[in-house]
Amino acid sequence: MAATTDSLLNRSAIRPANWPVRFAWLAFALYFAYALSHLELTPARFFAGLDYGYKFIAKLFPPDFHRWELLLKGLKESLEIAILASVLGLVISLPVSLLAARNLMPTWVTWPARLLMVLCRSFHPVIIAILFVKAVGFGALAGILALTVASLGFLGKLFTEAIEEISLKQVEAVRATGAPFMSVIAFGVLPQVFSRFIGFASYELDSNLRNSTMVGIVGAGGIGGTLFAAFQRFDYDFVCAIILTIIAMIIVGEVLTHAAKKVFRA
Amino acid sequence: MSAAAAAVVEREWKRYSTGERLARFMVYVTIVAAIVLSIRTVEVIPDFILDAPEQIADLLKRMWPPDFASYPKEIHAALLDSLHIATVGTVFGVMMALPFGFLAARNVTPWPWLNWAARLVLIATRSVNTLVFALFFVAVFGPGALAGTLAIAFHSIGFVGRLFSEALETTSPGPIEALRAAGAPVASVISFGYWPQVVPAFWSLVLFRWDINVRESIVLGLVGAGGVGMALDNALNLFQWTRVAMVLLAILGVVIAAEVAVTYIRKKII
Repeated sequence: MAATTDSLLNRSAIRPANWPVRFAWLAFALYFAYALSHLELTPARFFAGLDYGYKFIAKLFPPDFHRWELLLKGLKESLEIAILASVLGLVISLPVSLLAARNLMPTWVTWPARLLMVLCRSFHPVIIAILFVKAVGFGALAGILALTVASLGFLGKLFTEAIEEISLKQVEAVRATGAPFMSVIAFGVLPQVFSRFIGFASYELDSNLRNSTMVGIVGAGGIGGTLFAAFQRFDYDFVCAIILTIIAMIIVGEVLTHAAKKVFRA
Repeated sequence: MSAAAAAVVEREWKRYSTGERLARFMVYVTIVAAIVLSIRTVEVIPDFILDAPEQIADLLKRMWPPDFASYPKEIHAALLDSLHIATVGTVFGVMMALPFGFLAARNVTPWPWLNWAARLVLIATRSVNTLVFALFFVAVFGPGALAGTLAIAFHSIGFVGRLFSEALETTSPGPIEALRAAGAPVASVISFGYWPQVVPAFWSLVLFRWDINVRESIVLGLVGAGGVGMALDNALNLFQWTRVAMVLLAILGVVIAAEVAVTYIRKKII
């Protein structure tokens, strides 16, 4: 009896010691302490920061909507960038993801397509936007191209995974009728993945909407430019108005894409 | 008799009800209208589009070959800084996200007004971009890695908290009821009832967020919040394209290494 209570109270009987995991935790703790020391966080700096932070937040409110025309213009451009980039990204990523699907294509085709998608996905949209600003000049075009590249990376990956999970029986059935390649894709593959594609596309539209408000920081059009300019002019109550508007737009966008997904049961 | 037969013949099979088809039609119309409106009103100079391939080719030509000599001097330390920012930011973000995750889960916190308050925090932190947080913290704490770390941490709250609360809401109520019936205090219900059920989801979303944060930490330098983005910004401002290419190559290496590491760790622990 005493032995049973002992083993019940003794945690090591329930969870035996796992030394490799303990060492991993210790190593992580040491690394974490080292990384923290890199931040140069001193109590003096922290309290000075709190003071600044308090003043900063006091200056944010109340938000100033006087220049709503400027705000609306930036917002409109952001929306346009997000919509066009999503459409372009969708149109380009469909064929690329078909090429990258390992169950439909030979290896020498899937490899380059996958490499392209990894390249597009590896860089943050804002970094791609910098390069496009240098290449095609300031304005919405750079933003559209940058977000198209980013969409190609993410949509391509999601689409490829969806295509690789399809049932090959239907593909085989269509093929057995002697259908040409395009018909196999249109009637054997796409119907199986259509509803998932709608889900992914609406997710990408949400994500592009968020990023389209940021690419303006590097001059690629949209409300980000207005936001950054207001920040640099210490025009904090306008900054607050812009941020509140962005949040509202993103929430409205999420509600709309959610409704659209519901219609298609994706 | 004949009337009934006629009714049977006339009944046509339809995949969707009229309402469903109308809803679908509305969605299509909205999408097409949005695209057409965007194309007609967006301010893009057509010459720039035609010129774009040439300009991009020119840019790539100027980037080649990458300036490998600059890596040990300026890029390596900044790159490590970015990784530190991502890791510490993720840890702080997760620590702040957990309480909100518990508060937002309807089965853990039975008060709807608290659920909604927590959810509001999660939505707000998710909607404010990392770069906006970075601008804010640079204004508060001055430029440097601290601002970047806090920006990463605050933006992570929404993502981690939301997915964590969703994981909590799918837990099975059996073990929790058993613990409550045995008279276990709240802390024990959480650590022995909920926690073991959400551990795999928790680690997988922490790893996923870290992977995202590695990418995000790289741009933070553009607004002065530390990391390799500052090296990129310097090289861009000086038009040193070969050095820009080197920074981009280094970023590519780190991002791919992070993805490989996450895949490996996920396989090991989940």
